[in-house]
Amino acid sequence: MIIEIDKLQLYYTDFHALKNVNLSIPERSVTAFIGPSGCGKSTLLRTLNRMNDTIPGVRIEGKVDIQGRDIYSSDMEVEFLRKKVGMVFQQPNPFPKSIYDNVAYGPRLHGISKKSELDAIVEKSLRSASLWNEVKDVLKKSAWSLSGGQQQRLCIARALAVEPEILLMDESTSALDPISTTKIEELTRELCQNYTIVMVTHNMHQAARISDRTVFFLNGEVVEASDTQSLFSNPVDQRTEDYISGRFG
Amino acid sequence: MRAKTVDRIATAVIVCVAGFIILLLAALLGYLLVRGLGHISFDFLTSAPQALKAGGGIGPQLFNSVFLLVLTMIITVPLGIGAGIYMSEYAKDNKLTAFIRLIVEVLSSFPSIVIGLFGLLVIVNTFGFGYSLLSGALALTIFNLPMMVRLTEQSLRSVPKEQKEAGLALGLSRWKTITSVMIPVALPSIVTGSILAAGRVFGEAAALLFTAGMSSPRLDFSNWNPLSPTSPLNPMRPAETLAVHIWKINSEGLAPDAPEIAAGASAVLVIMVLLFNLGARWLGRVVYRKLTASK
Repeated sequence: MIIEIDKLQLYYTDFHALKNVNLSIPERSVTAFIGPSGCGKSTLLRTLNRMNDTIPGVRIEGKVDIQGRDIYSSDMEVEFLRKKVGMVFQQPNPFPKSIYDNVAYGPRLHGISKKSELDAIVEKSLRSASLWNEVKDVLKKSAWSLSGGQQQRLCIARALAVEPEILLMDESTSALDPISTTKIEELTRELCQNYTIVMVTHNMHQAARISDRTVFFLNGEVVEASDTQSLFSNPVDQRTEDYISGRFG
Repeated sequence: MRAKTVDRIATAVIVCVAGFIILLLAALLGYLLVRGLGHISFDFLTSAPQALKAGGGIGPQLFNSVFLLVLTMIITVPLGIGAGIYMSEYAKDNKLTAFIRLIVEVLSSFPSIVIGLFGLLVIVNTFGFGYSLLSGALALTIFNLPMMVRLTEQSLRSVPKEQKEAGLALGLSRWKTITSVMIPVALPSIVTGSILAAGRVFGEAAALLFTAGMSSPRLDFSNWNPLSPTSPLNPMRPAETLAVHIWKINSEGLAPDAPEIAAGASAVLVIMVLLFNLGARWLGRVVYRKLTASK
């Protein structure tokens, strides 16, 4: 288990957003968080790379271990954590720079300056994000000239370039067209051979299609967590069954 | 039908107002240029003014204006950007920051003559900097800093949250995210703010009367040692700027061609502001392109 969450409580000032979450996430697999809006799935995702730190009024109790280290302990450097735990957002958000510079951005700021080394990282990352063949001749062009789906794959490449172990995807296909969505889904399946992927999705079918394990959230609680097939075919909890059969949310 | 009529009337009124403003601006600019352009020559731009005879120029004043601008911006821009970064990214939302923000607002609407008097009392007398370029630059810094701070703060706040998060999620520290992700995106607005601040430096007279002084010593433009009193680069010498010169000539000029000199100097001032605006915009675009799109 690469991620172990133990009795996690999270409050936004007065609002109790995550209630006693216990969860383990296995290495090199795709785990999907599903549930209606406001159920806490994105909040939990953002505790895994401590992006919630930037929101004032957040209070956390309990423990989150990643690779055996408590990420909320005082000796954890948040920059180091975020290198290990990359993130892809809902809206494609490439920097207003060239395609090459977007991917080389992280490695450069983390101290790699040799051109040949950067070239290699850029190519490898773009290949892993299955974008290389589309952009290899236009690496100097602005990233904003790409289509939405390409931009999102560029963001994946940018995240991969700093060599993370875990990749968080926060509804990363919800702003994309169906063809781009399919591409990202296929990519997700490929990437999980080398990376641990945790994704939040609004789309139950997407979770059923590409995840190995699915976690169902409701009102800040984990209702059910199991392997995807049994969660969708044989839900244990009545609320899970109601949700996946479309009775609410 | 009625809504359409109202719409037409509103459009007509707005077009009239806009036309009136453009007309006013064109008339003002045309008047200044028509009266002044005839008087501008290479000699006028480079020679020293004459107290009693006709034919004096505005060379030292022109240089003083530009030099004072550079000095002021060297002090104002880093301070303003630094404070703006603090206000938008580091300051917590509490009573103290609200208070600082209020002070900045108040300071930005301070009458410049009051800043001039403050400069006279504190910078010129108490600090003992005398009537000097440095005193003038410090007074103008007080004058311009609030605007610089506010503009930087606003331009950083308007950087999309997604860009900031992208930087943080790559494991960049907060400082690196600000300097390498957010500032490049905010740069065009920061440049615009600096241009506005610079324009005020060119045009300001009241705050300078008591700080940079109303006289210019004989300058030796072949002497570039900044410590020498006759060197144009010496920041501790008194320096009459173009705007102050125009005011002085109009109110107490004794030269027979004083009105022509004032007209010529006014035209030069307007042209300088225009050139500076265009130049700074061009520079901002170049830098922005360098920092953002492909090299």
